[in-house]
Amino acid sequence: MNTVVSQTSPPKKSFLYDPKIRAAFYQILLVVIVTYLFYAAATNAIENLQRAKIASGFGFLETTAGFDISQTLIPFSAAGSSYGDAFLVGLLNTLVVSAIGIVFATILGFIIGIARLSSNWMVAKVAMVYVELLRNIPLLLQLLFWYIAVLGPLPQPRNSLEMGAGFFLNSRGLFMPRPLFASDISAVLVALVVGAVAALLFRRWAKKQQEATGRQYRVGRVTLALVLGLPLVTWLVLALTATNPITFDMPRKGTFNLQGGMQILPEFVALLVGLTTYTAAFIAEVVRAGILAVSKGQTEAAGSLGLKPGQTLRLVVVPQAMRVIIPPLTSQYLNLTKNSSLAVAIGYPDLVQVFMGTVLNQTGQAIEVVVITMGVYLTISLVTSFVMNIYNRRVAIVER
Amino acid sequence: MSTSVDMSHFVRSDQIEALPPPKLARGPIAWMRENLFSGPVNTILTLIVLYLLYVMIPPIVRFMITDAVWTGTDRSVCREDMVGHPVGACWAFVWDKINFFTYGSYPAAERWRVNVFFVLFAIGVGWLLWLRAPRRDLGAAYFFWVFPVASYILLTGGNADFGLRFWTIFAVASAILIGVLVAAARMLNASVRTALIVGIGIVAVIGLTLGAIDWDFGLLPVPSALWGGILVTLIVATVGIVFSLPFGILLALGRRSRLPILRLASVIFIEFVRGVPLITVLIMANTMLPLFLPPDTSVDRLLRPLVGTAFFASAYMAEVVRGGLQAMPKGQYEGAMSLGLNYPQMMVLIILPQALRIVIPGIVNTFIGLFKDTSLVSVVGIFDLIKTIEASRIDPNWAAPTISYTGYAFAALFYFVFCWGMSRYSIGVERRLAAGQKR
Repeated sequence: MNTVVSQTSPPKKSFLYDPKIRAAFYQILLVVIVTYLFYAAATNAIENLQRAKIASGFGFLETTAGFDISQTLIPFSAAGSSYGDAFLVGLLNTLVVSAIGIVFATILGFIIGIARLSSNWMVAKVAMVYVELLRNIPLLLQLLFWYIAVLGPLPQPRNSLEMGAGFFLNSRGLFMPRPLFASDISAVLVALVVGAVAALLFRRWAKKQQEATGRQYRVGRVTLALVLGLPLVTWLVLALTATNPITFDMPRKGTFNLQGGMQILPEFVALLVGLTTYTAAFIAEVVRAGILAVSKGQTEAAGSLGLKPGQTLRLVVVPQAMRVIIPPLTSQYLNLTKNSSLAVAIGYPDLVQVFMGTVLNQTGQAIEVVVITMGVYLTISLVTSFVMNIYNRRVAIVER
Repeated sequence: MSTSVDMSHFVRSDQIEALPPPKLARGPIAWMRENLFSGPVNTILTLIVLYLLYVMIPPIVRFMITDAVWTGTDRSVCREDMVGHPVGACWAFVWDKINFFTYGSYPAAERWRVNVFFVLFAIGVGWLLWLRAPRRDLGAAYFFWVFPVASYILLTGGNADFGLRFWTIFAVASAILIGVLVAAARMLNASVRTALIVGIGIVAVIGLTLGAIDWDFGLLPVPSALWGGILVTLIVATVGIVFSLPFGILLALGRRSRLPILRLASVIFIEFVRGVPLITVLIMANTMLPLFLPPDTSVDRLLRPLVGTAFFASAYMAEVVRGGLQAMPKGQYEGAMSLGLNYPQMMVLIILPQALRIVIPGIVNTFIGLFKDTSLVSVVGIFDLIKTIEASRIDPNWAAPTISYTGYAFAALFYFVFCWGMSRYSIGVERRLAAGQKR
């Protein structure tokens, strides 16, 4: 502070002032502290586990589970399946509800986001109210509302609501016809693949033609005809000539419950509706911001080039808006996947409910279960952000 | 070619009356025509929306207000079969349970302490959020030190009674800390006086905090198992806010640091926490925290989710703060360094005040998320607002068909008012901050 620096003899600098030594010192200090914390936690955990007589290691995954799960996409039985199978069932349930939720939330979110920018005052205001309302109420409360307040009062199976076409609604969920596929279905699938490939080839050819000659083809209609029409025609031909490749197993009314058909749990419906409507509100904001980020000059320039409004939207506005929309949209998808863990509050058998709930309570092996569950979510997050980074780099503006 | 023209024949000599403005350029009808019925598509859309509103709004109004029951003491007033007319929301139920929703099972005679906590909370939040409030530095000290300590004493009753042995150890540790600081200052040829001030300051803050907790204020001890309702919701949110901001700043600085190990540690922590759902963090805190602590120590049931929430919020806050740090022009760093400021001075005096200012909207948005997420503690068995409603909803004394809807409507209203208020505030700040940037 009050040392006088003389010009002739520079003061002897303490080695403590060397930034390299300081950096090393701080980092070693950090490593020591963190290592100590981990060491202390580990020794305590070992002692605590021994006292409570809880086994450790991942051997429990082979043990027979001994409990039932209400929704299983792979065969699962209390007696014959292990905790590892229960983990897989939970994981699949999480992935299913997330994947379907993402699709619906994207559609609803885009509709509402565009509605917020509508020139129609009333549509814009209704969309705004939707977004503000849904965003500012906790998801947990919304799930409870859907599950208990909306789906709770549904009638007993005996008095199921008949919705026609084999659809029934009661307190055990939504019952619908289950499609049964005959072996002929492979022909329809082949037609679908052929149609998709042909559509892709046609698109490429049409683009090349347009670049060369300027002639435009109706790419959208042809694609639709190839992808949807071809399998449809195949199916019709099969149905008329040979046996129908798709038959439906209709739910029938039994004495106490409905027999046959496909059952969708009320928990699943509540979770799906809750996640979709909640995430859609956030996606709507993302979409609105993305569209607003495209400057008006772009639209005007497109118009002055002679593009029609539809073309302007498709060729000029949307590609630029997507660049802004994609990164936050991805994080909303991840949020939806993570939020699906709230299933535990309404009893949908997702990963957290099955594995971190039932399995953890039965085995007491908290560390292993928590590590596995968190590992799954981490993997999903990291893989998604990795893929998105690659995509982002592809669509990023090439700066001068 | 000089032809004189008689102007008076075709030039009007007196002014005519101005025409009235076109009828359809202003006024409500023109507005409607432009904004609601500007084309066939828009007209159809407007009609559809109007029909939807017609279907949805009247039942909601009828349920919430017209058919609602406002007074009563038990289920009989809210049952359609008993009162003989349709019954909407049973606000009498909320009114009857309002103390439970607010305080949980906190002893009735001690509830004034919770009320004081609410007032202290409101003062702290108001002081920090009002951008032109006097002495906001004191406000920060209040919110991050005085308020938490005072709330802790108020709510638990304080009087921890550490005993003489603890204070002896504390005195020795303090002396060692001050000694180390002074010795370090000597070795570095730095000011011993500054070292003394810093050392005594740290010791004084910790000592005062511990002393206040130790002191017997004559308050009845209230175990945290009795707390509940809005009180717990606010506590979880407050703890999240009070811890996440400082920790988030440290993590963000760590992530931007030049020291590789420090940076790696921060990145791993932030990405790990942001990659997993809050519920898993809460369950982890609930089941693993007791395992990691020495045997025979028990962790308070309420403390476990608090630790989880604090960690969780810190990671999100760190990313918001990092955004602010990255938005600072490099010149600010270089200017600070060229003035001879060291790293802590540069950060505390130059960078952070500017960086934090521009991320206020982001911070408030994180708080909104945190406030909504506090509802998740009910999943691990903590009696927050949602859990008290879940518990009251099935009370046989209030068994009526609309009780669940009423309870959820009340909770939704509570969360909405807080979150929407915060988001309005954040938008206002954003606009103010943008005003300076506009050209």
